[in-house]
Amino acid sequence: MPDIDVRINGIRYQDHVEPRLLLVHYLRDRLGLTGTNVGCDTSNCGACTVLVDGTGAKSCTMLAVQADGTEITTIQGLAGGEGAGAPEDWHPLQKAFNAEHGLQCGYCTPGMIMSSVDLLQRNPDPTEDEIRHGLEGNLCRCTGYQNIVKAVQAAAGELRAAGAPGAVVGGQS
Amino acid sequence: MSKIDPEEIVEEIEESGQLGHPDHHVPLVGQAPRRKEDARLVTGQTNWTDNIQIPGLLHAAVLRSPMAHARITSIDVSAAREQPGVIAAFTGADLQHHWAGGLPCAWPVTPDMKQPVHLPLAVDTVRYVGDAVAVVVARDRYAAADALESIDVEYEPLPAVIDLEEALTDATLVHEDQGTNRAFDWPFEAGEVDATFDAAEVVVKRRYFQQRLIPAAMEPRAVVVAPIAAADEYTVYSATQIPHILRVMLALVTGIPEQKLRVVAPDVGGGFGSKLNVYAEEAMALILAKVLGRPIKWTESRSEGFQATIHGRGQIQDVEIAATRDGRVTGLKVQLLADMGAYLQLVTPGVPILGAFMFPGIYKFDAYRFGCTGVFTTMTPTDAYRGAGRPEATFAIERIMDDLATELGMDPIELRRRNWIEHHEFPFDTICGLTYDSGNYEAATDRALELFDYDGLRREQAERRERGDRVQLGLGTSTFTEMCGLAPSRVLGSLSYGAGGWEAASIRMLPTGKVEVVTGSTPHGQGHETAWSQIAADALGVPFEDVEVLHGDTAVAPKGMDTYGSRSLTVGGIAVVKAAEKVIEKARRVAAHLLEADERDLDFAQGTFSVRGSPEASKTIQEVSLAVFAAHDLPDGMEPSIDADSVFDPENFSFPHGTHLCAVEVDTETGFTRIHRYVCVDDVGNVVNPQIVEGQVHGGLAQGIAQALYEEAVYDPEGNLTSGTFVDYLVPGAPDLPAFVTDRTVSPSTTNPLGVKGVGEAGTIASTPAVINAVIDALKPLGVTDMRMPASPERVWRAIQEANASGGSAGQAATGTTTLTAQAGPEASA
Ligand code: FES
Ligand code: FES
Repeated sequence: MPDIDVRINGIRYQDHVEPRLLLVHYLRDRLGLTGTNVGCDTSNCGACTVLVDGTGAKSCTMLAVQADGTEITTIQGLAGGEGAGAPEDWHPLQKAFNAEHGLQCGYCTPGMIMSSVDLLQRNPDPTEDEIRHGLEGNLCRCTGYQNIVKAVQAAAGELRAAGAPGAVVGGQS
Repeated sequence: MSKIDPEEIVEEIEESGQLGHPDHHVPLVGQAPRRKEDARLVTGQTNWTDNIQIPGLLHAAVLRSPMAHARITSIDVSAAREQPGVIAAFTGADLQHHWAGGLPCAWPVTPDMKQPVHLPLAVDTVRYVGDAVAVVVARDRYAAADALESIDVEYEPLPAVIDLEEALTDATLVHEDQGTNRAFDWPFEAGEVDATFDAAEVVVKRRYFQQRLIPAAMEPRAVVVAPIAAADEYTVYSATQIPHILRVMLALVTGIPEQKLRVVAPDVGGGFGSKLNVYAEEAMALILAKVLGRPIKWTESRSEGFQATIHGRGQIQDVEIAATRDGRVTGLKVQLLADMGAYLQLVTPGVPILGAFMFPGIYKFDAYRFGCTGVFTTMTPTDAYRGAGRPEATFAIERIMDDLATELGMDPIELRRRNWIEHHEFPFDTICGLTYDSGNYEAATDRALELFDYDGLRREQAERRERGDRVQLGLGTSTFTEMCGLAPSRVLGSLSYGAGGWEAASIRMLPTGKVEVVTGSTPHGQGHETAWSQIAADALGVPFEDVEVLHGDTAVAPKGMDTYGSRSLTVGGIAVVKAAEKVIEKARRVAAHLLEADERDLDFAQGTFSVRGSPEASKTIQEVSLAVFAAHDLPDGMEPSIDADSVFDPENFSFPHGTHLCAVEVDTETGFTRIHRYVCVDDVGNVVNPQIVEGQVHGGLAQGIAQALYEEAVYDPEGNLTSGTFVDYLVPGAPDLPAFVTDRTVSPSTTNPLGVKGVGEAGTIASTPAVINAVIDALKPLGVTDMRMPASPERVWRAIQEANASGGSAGQAATGTTTLTAQAGPEASA
């Protein structure tokens, strides 16, 4: 079995993995990082989205071996502070999804937020249309997307005001 | 070891300041405090069923039939048992003796309804693609999935039964032992129907189709069973909407005594009706845990889910409406053919019956005939999908009102005004025997028209028509109502449903003055933790943050009827109010005792009991809670508890309503439809949390619009589901939906103390006909008069071509199977 050496949410892991093991199953089943969800088996839903070297990627379309040498951030590594607990430490997108009611059941939310991080890195001031198209690969069955769009807009404003590009690579320490 | 001194503890708690008077409790009902649920959901600290890890956990994988209808001539799992990591493999025959009963149908709508036995694992015949035939248990999910490939099954194919009308001929029987594919006939009649139609000046007759839909909650189904097999005790974790009902039903299916089963619905990622069921895999996981004595997990793959989780809708609707020339509706006839799929699941037959009461919508007339035939087919079983019977009914009435308006040359909104129940007529007894308690269709419609700029859009439409623009504009209306808040138990009984419609709540006052609210209503996205906290905080006068809402676990919330039919707030929320009232009454007795006052002289406000006339003599409810915990000085004979349980059984349904207006742009060359403007004004009575209400409306709209424009479960003639992934089954993404304009009018319900109505299904129920009416309105000048759903670009394009081919005045539908002859009355030939 191949070895991988990967940094996830700031922590380094070295593991033997089966060549066919999907990254999302490595995260969930091996590391217990169950914040990242699986919503389909055809790479359509985006529930599994994480950042790989800072760029949004569907972790169900990647093998764990392909993550070798990368830095990965999952929803569980997005907030700052200790233990990613307190609301004041949340990433502006996490805060905005809460404030704007951008989630109901919350199953799509980790993927939706990680895709939004990626989107705002590339386009810090997106129009509504650009947000809708930017999140095209993420399905939500609950919200009708309206409040997700609002949340992304609000977070974009917040990030611009703070002068931060919203970039998160390899988790915050 | 120092001795514990209760007095000291009491003092410490008192000094901690936790029992202080919350002087200004600002009312929370009507506000939108941040949702409590979100902390775990936005940080990924969730507890989905598939997250659960237990030492020794084994994984189950299910082999499913690739055939729609076949006899299993041989099945061999022995090679699978030899695969590495495989613990066991079973066929249907292997497990057959473990079932005390089949999977349940709790709604025998008629005494002679056909109810074929539905075993969790098929034994000799498969009846839909996805029917379970064998199960493998292995060390991990990969090994289990691999081993399925070593199972040998031989099938002798039988003809698939896909077409509903053909199914009725009984040429091929889905269940041979039943002798017919006709599951039931359910009739209803009120008024002089034949005489009304004979005398009618205008009769419009239509056939509408409700395509099958796939609920597709984003969290796939999953179940984990943790056994203590030696004691025959099991904890079942399931991604379900109904832990309480599931517990009863699993006891019946497996014969494991109910008290030995604990059912937990952890975080559940959406349901929309699809998790309102008792599924084969839940029963199987339980029996596997019993047989193997090991914890078992099964998680559905999305592709499995498309086949093996219930579908929704699936009806052919023959509808006739009678009216006078000046636009007064006099009667309605509805005949449904409802697709049950291969088996009757939990409430399959009840879904169209629920719809029976909603075909009259918001209109007044004196003659109504309804009939529904349920028919078995070799497709995935259908059951409740968001709205369950009511979207189908609303579609039919709102579509035929538009068709009638066209027939009469009348504006569709004017026709509705002439027929709807007027505000001053509430409460109103409908032709179906329901009493609509409140509503204001005038106000909702006026507000919607204003927000929509109806007149402006009509002008623009006329201009585009005049110019012959390639992109035409169409306006669609839906003035809907629905019955929700299921339901008065007596009514459910009269409809032969197998259970009641009550809901339970308990309130526990903790020694530190904090509050636990236990609810029997199980959320999966609706925000109960927030809304129930608002209700309890207001009722008890305690801070929002001090309330913890517990749910979804039969050991924690032992009594409940769970979540479906927009019932949580109107039934479960009221139970919380009632429980709080009981807590306050008990606390009042203690407060009076402590204040040496008469109970009748105590006022309770802002969480504080004070003596009328001398407000400085007071006790907060938190102080009372601590005093009760200590129990040192209670009224004689009083139990040391002010906790309270309540079970609320509603006296009526609730009847939200609203006016939805949709403007679409249809590209007449490509057939592509885009929603240009969507305005809805909903009346859901009083509102506990406007942000949550708005969110429910948005999500509901998305699903209703999806039925109109995008989604359809398609089967080929062999019975294969050809729309079996998100690639072929178009759950809309963000770019596929518009920004909605929403507003509300408020006609409080008069039958519950909060004045609330349900909101979970409103958007879905209302929006589908608004969109389709708009599409047809756009294409009317081209001769298009009907449109099958979903109105995909191809369908729209074909409809335009067909209308063109028949001279621009054809009443022919997109698919050529729609009957569209307007049966005009004597002097009104179409
Ligand atoms: S789980 Fe990765 S895209 Fe659906
Ligand atoms: S919030 Fe439920 S799927 Fe998006």
